[in-house]
Amino acid sequence: MMGWYRGKQRVVLPLVSLITILLIWELTARYSGWSSQVFPSPSKVMRGMGELIANGTLLRHSIASLFRVTAGFYLAIVFAIPLGILLGRMETLNLMLNPIIQFLRPISPLAWIPLAVLWFGIGDRPAVFLIFLACFFPLTVATAVAARAINPVFFQVAANFKFNRWETITKIIFPAILQQVLTALRLTVGIGWLVVVAAEMLAVRSGLGYLILDSRNALRMDYVMVGMMMIGLIGIVLDGLMRRLIYLHPSLQRV
Amino acid sequence: MGHILIQDLCKSYKNRRFVRRGPRDPYEPGEVMRILDHINLEFLEGEMVCLLGPSGCGKSTLLRLIAGFDTAASGEVTIDGEKVTGPSPDHIFVFQQGGLLPWMTVWQNVELGVRNVEDARVRRERIQENIDMVDLADFEQHYPYQLSGGMKRRAELARALAANPDVLIMDEPFNGLDFFSHMKIREEIVNMHELFRKTTLVVTHDIDDALLMGDRIVVMGGRPAQIKLNRRLDFPHPRDPKKNAALGDLKDELFLMLGVSYAV
Repeated sequence: MMGWYRGKQRVVLPLVSLITILLIWELTARYSGWSSQVFPSPSKVMRGMGELIANGTLLRHSIASLFRVTAGFYLAIVFAIPLGILLGRMETLNLMLNPIIQFLRPISPLAWIPLAVLWFGIGDRPAVFLIFLACFFPLTVATAVAARAINPVFFQVAANFKFNRWETITKIIFPAILQQVLTALRLTVGIGWLVVVAAEMLAVRSGLGYLILDSRNALRMDYVMVGMMMIGLIGIVLDGLMRRLIYLHPSLQRV
Repeated sequence: MGHILIQDLCKSYKNRRFVRRGPRDPYEPGEVMRILDHINLEFLEGEMVCLLGPSGCGKSTLLRLIAGFDTAASGEVTIDGEKVTGPSPDHIFVFQQGGLLPWMTVWQNVELGVRNVEDARVRRERIQENIDMVDLADFEQHYPYQLSGGMKRRAELARALAANPDVLIMDEPFNGLDFFSHMKIREEIVNMHELFRKTTLVVTHDIDDALLMGDRIVVMGGRPAQIKLNRRLDFPHPRDPKKNAALGDLKDELFLMLGVSYAV
């Protein structure tokens, strides 16, 4: 009996709290006297979700958001990881660029919205740019820190066995920073996913952020909540996928 | 092969001119620390040389210069008449700890030693040979984190020997090992040396290690470091300072020279 309970508690316990919250929510919505326009009950939200799934809206908006996050995230990877390695391994370059990066880093991507729209017009491009910005700085800094911290012994081994420059990059630097970069990627996807919603509240006509904004304008708070739930769900899935990535290489499976 | 001549070698480290790492950094920026002062040594082909000395006396610096990881302020190191200008598979450095690349299996690590062998079949044979020799058969596909401290040391030894170098350079090869692994690896290093007769340099601060292993003992000391003793040992293996009076006397002499005493 206890064994059964222990085995299942990872599933049972979260389920218990989820059902409790839904129950409290449902009861509050029903008996608080608030209009269901303002505070929809979970059953109403579920019905709304059913509608949005049935007419394909939810899928369309989710894909639009995922596309923007993916594009911005990949762009950030392409620029941030090589730059991070250069910064980590070349002291002069680091001295030149690090102050600028540290200066730009704390500026919220949302502060870039006016410029993003001005520069990239409307559509996907300003949104992708904002996600790129949100992902770029943390990824660059994390890669640079990882690259700087590589044990110097590994470079001496490389020199001793006559690695050329390319081999030093692919056989020493890449694997040495892999674990930290993968962790950074996991965090960065989360940040990108946070920003996409805000980015979609301007200048686009698709995406989960747009769904929320549009539903608010139509006073459909149930759809707003559907949008929020979808963001949460996709966020969990993305994080789960990235967590798996961390065990990409067999030598990383020590934890 | 493996005749090493060290002539008039000097090395100093200069603190970075502008950087004081913290309020307690004892060194003035730009201050010059002299580590090695006109060192002259000659190691014969196939000798096992044990370098003894208190920590921080420059033993490791000397090894790094011989390996070509560092450049001297003046003087030079020549191996078989050729000046050392940089690291090379001809003189392989075995690191204190963690010299194996953690993202490569034992097999892949040993493979580094045979990178210059053209024929893939010969390469595979040589990798297997060296892995078998250090008793790591069945561990080819293990990653370093799956090995014990002693096994890691042996894997690194296999990698070094696979490169078939003229000189093996070992910086405190027993550091961090438990007593039994220490004894076992010490024995293996001596056996391998008997077998291949490669010039082997071992830095240690264990007098027993030096007495049991060395064909030559070099004692360094002072700051900047100078050679306090350079003596050839012609005792046959297996050696035991308790049974060999001359070896025992040398042990006492070394203790005296290093300013410590065995009896407390």
